[in-house]
This record gives sequence, structure tokens and C-alpha cells, in this order.
Amino acid sequence: MIKSSVLKQLSSIVENKNFYTSQEDKITYSYDGTPLLEHLPDAIIRPTNKEQISHIVKLANKEHFSIVPRGAGTGLSGGSIPVENCIVLDMSQWNKILEIDTENLTAWVEPGVITSQLHQEVEKIGLFYPPDPGSMNICTIGGNVAENSGGLRGLKYGVTKNYVMGLEVVLPNGEIIICGGKNVKDVAGYNLKDFFIGSEGTLGIFTRILLKLIPKPQTSKTMLAYFNTQSDAGKTVSAIIAQKIIPATVEFLDKTTIRCVEDFAKLGLPTDIESLLLLEVDGHPVVVEEEAAKVVECCKRNNAIEIKIAGTEEEAMRLKTARRSAFSALARTKPTTILEDITVPRSSVAVMLEKIQVISKKYDIQIGTFGHAGDGNLHPTCLTDERNYEEIGRAEKAYEEIFVEAIKLGGTITGEHGTGLAKKKFLHLVSGYTAIETMRTIKRALDPNNILNPGKVFDL
Amino acid sequence: MTTVRPNNFFLETDIPSNDVITNCMHCGLCLPVCPTYAITGREKSSPRGRIRLIKAVAEGTLDVTDGFIEEMNFCLDCQACETSCPAGVKYGSLVESARNQIRLLNKQSFLEKYLKKIFLTTVISNTRWLKITAKILRLYQNSIVEKIIQKNKIIYFFVSKLVQLQKLSPRVDKLFFDEQHPEILKPNGVSKYRIGFLSGCLMNVAFAKINEDTIKVLLHHDCEVIIPKEQVCCGSLQAHNGDFEIARELAKKNVDVFSGYDLDAIVMNSAGCGALMKEYGEYLKDDPKYFQKAQKLSNKVKDLSEFLIGIGLKKTERKFTKRVTYHDACHLIHAQKIYKEPREIIQSIPGIQYIELNEASWCCGSAGIYNVVNYSDSMKILDRKMENILSANPEYIVTTNPGCITQIAYGCKTRNLGTQVIHLATLLREIYGI
Ligand SMILES: Cc1cc2nc3c(=O)[nH]c(=O)nc-3n(C[C@H](O)[C@H](O)[C@H](O)COP(=O)(O)OP(=O)(O)OC[C@H]3O[C@@H](n4cnc5c(N)ncnc54)[C@H](O)[C@@H]3O)c2cc1C
Repeated sequence: MIKSSVLKQLSSIVENKNFYTSQEDKITYSYDGTPLLEHLPDAIIRPTNKEQISHIVKLANKEHFSIVPRGAGTGLSGGSIPVENCIVLDMSQWNKILEIDTENLTAWVEPGVITSQLHQEVEKIGLFYPPDPGSMNICTIGGNVAENSGGLRGLKYGVTKNYVMGLEVVLPNGEIIICGGKNVKDVAGYNLKDFFIGSEGTLGIFTRILLKLIPKPQTSKTMLAYFNTQSDAGKTVSAIIAQKIIPATVEFLDKTTIRCVEDFAKLGLPTDIESLLLLEVDGHPVVVEEEAAKVVECCKRNNAIEIKIAGTEEEAMRLKTARRSAFSALARTKPTTILEDITVPRSSVAVMLEKIQVISKKYDIQIGTFGHAGDGNLHPTCLTDERNYEEIGRAEKAYEEIFVEAIKLGGTITGEHGTGLAKKKFLHLVSGYTAIETMRTIKRALDPNNILNPGKVFDL
Repeated sequence: MTTVRPNNFFLETDIPSNDVITNCMHCGLCLPVCPTYAITGREKSSPRGRIRLIKAVAEGTLDVTDGFIEEMNFCLDCQACETSCPAGVKYGSLVESARNQIRLLNKQSFLEKYLKKIFLTTVISNTRWLKITAKILRLYQNSIVEKIIQKNKIIYFFVSKLVQLQKLSPRVDKLFFDEQHPEILKPNGVSKYRIGFLSGCLMNVAFAKINEDTIKVLLHHDCEVIIPKEQVCCGSLQAHNGDFEIARELAKKNVDVFSGYDLDAIVMNSAGCGALMKEYGEYLKDDPKYFQKAQKLSNKVKDLSEFLIGIGLKKTERKFTKRVTYHDACHLIHAQKIYKEPREIIQSIPGIQYIELNEASWCCGSAGIYNVVNYSDSMKILDRKMENILSANPEYIVTTNPGCITQIAYGCKTRNLGTQVIHLATLLREIYGI
């Protein structure tokens, strides 16, 4: 517990209306989107400028309490879940787009800007910010950078890290730095900026973010392909890539997920098929036509039973929105959805899908799988009930086995949700102990008192 | 007798459902559509946060504190979160149960307790009392007293709260609706459908014209309209404010009354009432004597737009060459999931220039008696609606709920806009020239 005298000092840093210690506030900042994890903070603080943040960080070093940065709390690895003796630093009100530079194709934003709001603003002027996580209508750019989030367009356009050009960061000692900038090329010194991307709130607090924008693709074509088996869909993915086509989107949904999504979104999806792929190609109209035809051809060769092409942009949007709801829609079957985030090389998607099915049977747990198949990133989601401890135990065993299988295929335990609290005990499986020790060395050097989001990613 | 459970700060009757609470996986997809979260940006004023608070009380880690009560009452119960929730969490039922608990635990504030009690349990739940009250209000609204209060600044200052409220309260009609009609109305030609009609509590005394318009439209569509004399208020304002006992009593009475006629449908012109009557079965599910009867009745309840599209809307040659927009009443779009039908009707009218309102399904802040009890929050929510209306710049705003009509009309008047706010039934009657 943070001493009340310290809380008092903290409260004097910000205006009254930006400091909360009520039980109701503590309870509602005790979780993020991660199942089964929660912890009460001692207070919630909403700084309004970087000097206040610096001040708070310095006080934390002096008085030995921890700071947990928080965006919208949609994280899926427990990144913004409070820890012992901590305050939550709520950045969600830092929601201004500061500048859109149409000559350099960049945008300076505050970290609390909601991802889809940035999309809307830049698209108004013919520009494009590709990263589009399923949670884009509420998650923040700060959270995206801290988790290095991906999205539906990752296959062609990459993930958040491919669009971060610069960062303003409050360091764990309270100093403020700017790294990166509008230069397309810049090799002066270490590449510090990349260092903070994906650091999950453990190395610094972002106060401004410079993003790269690109021209908006002229046109796009969105398709659905239905399959009788999961592995046919998996093989289609490898086949498309082997054809040297990089679609913007290749998303996979299994039968359980299709049923839940249909139940929510009422799109008229068939509920008796084993799997489907949602595909989108975009770019110059001529290229789009040509690539779409090749994609359709690949689907057919891999036994697609039906291929549907979205007639209007609205229809395409509805399909993608429905896909984004997949994770939450799975909770229609059972209340607790524990979702994983394994990634394998794209050529192994079909094999991995089969392994997941085998493991699901072995441990007798219901798994619904969907994911960014084009990136090799799958979300096998265990459907359970947090009140059934025995089943949760079995699910945990199943996941360990899934991780091991993914790693055997050259994969990883998390593709986009981060390590946080949820995956830290498995980190060594993929990075090895020496790499974790290297990370610890970096953390100790920057944050000797371990005040910034301690216990996330690894324990010191 | 109700007893307190040791690990639970709720009473045992009508406890917020543990299944519904667990169903929320706290993903946060409800946050962007919540009007109260948009005001404070604080997690506790979001659906995800409120569910967590209810869970905490149910698990005995939070008492029914003032802070808890405040959040439960700050919620509009607009249920936009339900529409956006992929997991299908029935949030509305949780908040309503929590409000019922607050009432049972006797923890409402003084003002709320008496205001809500007098208004919800005595006045509108009882037709005789409602009419007496409405008559007094009618006298007041026509009297010199109203004009003096509105003009005299000093009195205005002291009674400003009252004045705000009275501007927001609907004008009482000269003639109450149910006093103008026989119980059964027949169409001109052959009658194809037997329709039950709820004249409503407030609709009956303050929106008689809309009821009139609805009946005319139904008759025009070859319906025989039955307005049972014995019917009572539907109970929706009470249920949404968490007074389940009264709501159930009213529901039972209406189930008895309407089941006495052999009806094809019960057609509603108030979204809030329709939403509740469609849930009579749910509210009476633990009552073996009523459950089936109630469910059967609920299945017959249709919103006017839903009913007309279902039977086939009659065509008209008359033109309505105006700029028209549509505001979704929360209890139509979110509670009843009716989105397409009203738009389809409006767009089918010859000559109409239809403009889709930005954020059409965002609550207007009326929310039953919310604009009376939480006036200033309700005005912030109305501001957002009015901004969207200003940029759409319509001549007419069509909607399907009396509360929304009063609230948005108030918004237009205080901004000196000439925009008319009308019910869909009124528009239809106009274009059919009946
Ligand atoms: C329904 C759903 C769908 C999702 N789909 C995807 C998807 O497709 N792809 C994907 O990659 N993820 C997805 N996610 C996960 C999640 O949305 C992302 O990780 C997102 O980036 C988190 O953003 P947030 O604003 O909610 O951050 P939070 O959850 O609040 O925080 C995440 C991390 O960022 C840190 N942080 C936040 N702000 C700052 C700051 N200003 N400075 C430093 N650190 C900060 C926090 O400490 C924490 O470690 C999904 C989540 C849900 C619930």
C-alpha cells in the first residue's frame, strides 16, 4: 500500500479532478481485456502534461511505488493490470492529433488517440494508417506502440512498428527524450526508438508519437472462401503466398468462431462449413483485378466449396467488422474465453491448425480458432467458465502443449498481444534464458528502482 | 422476507444474474458507444466498469456505496452497449436489477426516493391519479402562474430547477385520448387484422395526437383496432428504474386484459413501452401462473414500423418534399433491434429528401425520466445530438418515442431552430391524407 502522505503528494501534482482513490475507481481500473487477472491499484492519476508525468516518476523513485501506464485497457496479456503498491497512470485523455504533415506524410499524435479515429482523420485527406487491431474503435496508439500491435492488414502492410518514426518518452528516471523524427533515413547513434516499441510500458511512458502515413490504396476487393476442412484453408494461405501475391488481409475463422460471429452479426454466413478465409486485395484497380482472380484460383485449387465477393464497400466493411468481433463473440458459447496468440511461419499454418485440433481433443476442451492466417498468427481460444477450476486447469495444460508445438515449428508464443503477465512464464521457451537476462540488464540500466510496470514481461 | 447473504451485499430477490455478469469478458468494445463514458472518460461510467462494480457487490468486495448508486443512476439504460457487445451481454437487465436492489435496500437519496416514488408508483401506475395530476398540470400550463414564473427573474431563479423541468415535461392534452374513443374501432372496408392498442399512460394524457395518428394509420391498413378500457400503464418506466414489483403488477394486469381479446398483434407507438411489453415473458418468468400467458402476449407485440413493413406498407401518391432525418429511439434500436423498418418507411415516401443523421443511434438524453432526475447530464448528451442535427440541417426529425420527441423538440426550441420533431405515425397520417 502506498502511504497516505505519498498519495497526498501525488494528488498535489495534478488537479483534483484527475486523481482518484475511491473504491469504485480502483475496482474499475483493476483489469484490462485479459481473462482471469486483476489487481487493485492504490490510486488512478490522469496527468495533463509531460512535466507532471516526469514529476510523478521522480516521486515514484523517491518513495518506491510503481507506475502502471494505461491506454484503453484492451490489452490481452495483462500489460495495464495493476501490481502491488502501484498507481495507474491513465493516458486515455491524451487524445489529440497534433499535426498531419501532408508533405512528409507523417502525423504527430498524443498517445491516447483512438486508433480508428486516426484512420478516419487521415483517410479524409487520402492518406492511410494501416495498423488496425480488432479493438481499433477503442484501443489507443500508445497501447498499440507499447504492444507493437498488429491487425487485419498486417500481411501486406506490417504492424505498428513499421509506422513509428519518432517517440517522445518520459524515462523511468523522469528525464524526457525524443528519439527518431521525420527523416526517412537516420542512423545517428543507437536506434533508441525501436527499443521502446513493444516495451509494454516497462521502459518509458510515451507522451507523443510520430507516425508514418502512406497514400490510401485506390481500390480494394474483399472475398470470402468457404472450406470443408481447416487444413484446406491453411493450405490455401501458403498457396497464395507461394504465388507471390501479398493480399492486404487473409483472415481465418473456424466453425465455432463462424457460428458465434454469425449469431452476433447476422451476415448470413453458412454455419455448417468447417472454416472460412476472409481475403482482401488492394491497390491499383488493374492489379486488384488480376490478383483477385489469382486468389480465387488458389482457393478453388485447394477445394474451396464456395467463393463470395463483396459487392459494395459497405458489405466489405460489414465482413471485416464482423471478423473484428470474433474474439468477443466467442463468449456467446461460454463466458470465459482464454485466447492465445501463437505465430508460426506461414508455410506451417495448416500443420498448426491440425495440431490445435488434436490437442483440443486430447484435453477435452472446446477451442475456437481464428486469426491473421496470412501472418501465421493464430488465436486458438479456449471456451470455458472461470467458475470451473478443473476445466481451467486442463486448458492451461493444453496451452502449454500448443506453445511447445508452435515453437517446434519455428514459431513463437505471442505474435501481437505481448508477454505481459499472462505469458511471462513461457517466455524462456522461445527466447531462451540468455536473451531474457539481456532484457533484464537493459531494464535494470534504465529503471534501477523497477518502478515502471514491474513484473511485466519478466521478473527482475 | 428477504435476507442478506454474508458474501453478497445484494438481497436475494431479483439478484443481478451471475451468468450475465460472468458473460462479460471485459474486452471494452462497449466503451466507444457509451454516452456517459463519453462524458467522463472514466471506466466506472462505462458498461464494462458498471458490470465490474455490480460483480464486486455480488461478491461482497464492495458495499452498496453512494458511489455505486451514483453510477447506477448515471447510466441512461440506453443499451447501446448491448448492440455493440459481440458476446451478447444483457447489460440492461443487470443495471435494472441493481437499481431494484438499491430501492429494496432503501438506499435511494431523499429526492429520488420521493420523486420517483410519487411519479412512478402512484401517478403513472394508476390511471385515475394520472388523470387528476395531468388535469392539475393542464390548469397550471394554461394559467397565468406559468407566465409569471417564466417572466419574473427572481422567482425564476428560485424555481429555475422546476421551470427547467416543467419545460421538459410534455404539454397536457385538452382531451385525453382514451376519453375520445369507443373500445373498438373498425376500418372502412373489410378488416384484415385485429390489433390491440396500448393507449399508454403519458401518451394518453399528453400525446393524444400521436395516438390518434397511429390509430388512423392502422385503420387505413385495414386493421380493426381494440383499445381495451381496463388496460393500465405498461410498467416500462418503473422497470427501467428498478421498481420490479410495480412493473410486474402492471404487466400481469395487462396480460389479463389483452389476453381477453383474440388479437393478431399488439401495435406500439412508444419504443419504451414496446420494449417492455416484449419482455413481459422475461419479467414474469418465475410466475408459473403468468409466464406462458405473458410470453404469448409478448410474442404478439410489434412496433408500428415493424408491423407495417410486415403486412406491407400501403403506397401513396402524395408527395412530401421535405428534408427529413431519423433519430433512433434507444428502446427501438437497442432494446428491440429495429433499425431498418422506420428508415425503409420514410425513404419510400414520394418526394422525400432523406438524410441519414450522424450518430443517429446515440441517445438523446431523454431516457425515460432521466432528463428530469439527471437534468444537467441529460443536457450534455442532448448537446451532442443537437450538433449532429445542426449539421444535417433537416426540416423534420422523425422518431418513434414520446420521450425523444419532447427532448429533441426542447433542444430545437432552446436553439431557436424551426425544425419539427414528429412521430413516424404523424408523418404517415400526413402523407396518406387521412
Ligand atoms: C476485442 C479485441 C481485439 C483485439 N485485436 C487485436 C489485434 O487484432 N491485434 C493486436 O495486436 N491486438 C489486439 N488486441 C489487443 C489490444 O487491443 C492491443 O494490445 C492494444 O494495442 C492495446 O491498447 P490499449 O490502448 O488498450 O492499451 P492498454 O491495454 O491500456 O495497455 C497495453 C500496454 O501498453 C502500455 N501503455 C499504454 N499506454 C502507454 C503509454 N502512453 N506509454 C507507455 N506505455 C503505455 C501499458 O502499460 C500496457 O503494458 C485486441 C483486444 C481486444 C479486446
